Amino acid sequence: MSQLTKQQIKRYNRQIIVPSIGVKGQVKLLDAKVVIVGAGGLGCPVSSNLTGTGVGTIGIVDYDEVEESNLHRQLLHYESDVLKNSKVDSAINKLQQMNSSIKFIRHNILINSSNAFDILRDYDIVVDCTDNVATRYLLNDACVLLKKPLVSGSALQLEGQLTVYNYQDGPCYRCIFSKPPPPETVQNCGDSGVIGAVTGVIGSLQAMEVVKIIMNHENVMSGKLLLYDAAMCSFRNIKLRSRRKDCEVCGDNPTITKLINYEQFCGMCAMDKNPNLKILSENERMSVSDYQNITNDHLLIDVRAVNEFEMCQIKNSINVPIKQLLAGKLNDELLNEMRQKDVYVVCRRGNDSQLAVKCLSDKYSIKSKDLIGGLYKWNEEIDNNFPLY
Amino acid sequence: MDITLDFGGGAEVLFNNIKKRELKLDDGTKWTLRSFLQYMKDNLLTDRLELFMQGESVRPGILVLVNDTDWELLGELDYEIQPKDTISFISTLHGG
Repeated sequence: MSQLTKQQIKRYNRQIIVPSIGVKGQVKLLDAKVVIVGAGGLGCPVSSNLTGTGVGTIGIVDYDEVEESNLHRQLLHYESDVLKNSKVDSAINKLQQMNSSIKFIRHNILINSSNAFDILRDYDIVVDCTDNVATRYLLNDACVLLKKPLVSGSALQLEGQLTVYNYQDGPCYRCIFSKPPPPETVQNCGDSGVIGAVTGVIGSLQAMEVVKIIMNHENVMSGKLLLYDAAMCSFRNIKLRSRRKDCEVCGDNPTITKLINYEQFCGMCAMDKNPNLKILSENERMSVSDYQNITNDHLLIDVRAVNEFEMCQIKNSINVPIKQLLAGKLNDELLNEMRQKDVYVVCRRGNDSQLAVKCLSDKYSIKSKDLIGGLYKWNEEIDNNFPLY
Repeated sequence: MDITLDFGGGAEVLFNNIKKRELKLDDGTKWTLRSFLQYMKDNLLTDRLELFMQGESVRPGILVLVNDTDWELLGELDYEIQPKDTISFISTLHGG
């Protein structure tokens, strides 16, 4: 007698007949419990693939609600979900229609050090589909302490990366990255962009690694890192170091034995939303409405990247990307003009503009002011038709 | 000797946005990754130093590979560069 029902055989036979799956494999899939952290660009393809393949219990963790800027890549979220549904509800509503036999568990919450164990404990495998450094360290440490494999994917612009941490005797995230990167070097999808097909590729690969772990397949991506470059359509498989005996969390004498404060450890927020920087004094800042009332001849410098400036800009503003400014690449003509006129600086949300004001003052002794809250505030208070992104 | 230098994960923006280049290193000296990092810093880096290096090594968050193998397996800074090596600097991604 088969261990599968007639209905299950009808539904899953195309994968059961794959030699490395078989009835045994399908039973393992149906018994497996997998939790996906993040229901965004990676979480959508991971959860749809695992739902289709028949992973019996699927948990999804996300604190966020669906926004319009998600739709281009997060394909489980529809126009009708925007600003109405949480990502968890939106995703699970669709997944239930794909496969009603799956048990879905909703974790509509921001995962952190105090709730992580409770959320992750009952699952066999954790899938990292998050968008920030702090949560990646949190998931790593939690998985090491709970002894669970972590299937990690990430994507930005035209590139993606995939690996499995803490699997059998393989390395964990900290074995490879014992120190977090400096905050100013970290790019996120919100600021740097990402292509939906790239998150789709990486998410599908993550789902495949989950299936391989459930199957006890011997070639799980542990101790290896896959680099996907969509521009070249190239896949590179990198050999990583082994588990570090002196690793802070998975080593022989770990110094991290419980979860710590990861935002503090990384100096970064546990979400892909920008913190509000405050590095200037009041007299170096100006509200958008006060700026609107200025009548004298002045310069408005927009420090966003060229692509962003091309999408939308305040009339008569001049584009000097922040990277160019911080690298000291300003031409003399512009510098002369800046020395003769009042200078105001604007960016998307009002963070880079502060860095720019500080840099102009420190490097060139040019006094300027930044527009508080940037183009977001401009849209809110001056021009509702100004495009936001 | 001829080597290939390439970048990924966005690390190329620190080096004039050039993803891959062929280099000819002076044959008269022995090259380690330590001395090569100094060479890169002095000759190739087009962005701020702190975005690439910390002390004499790379900053946290950049993986260094020699022929697709983690440099940690090869002696890190002390690895002696061989003709035809491909040296890669890969910035880790965090988005999703």
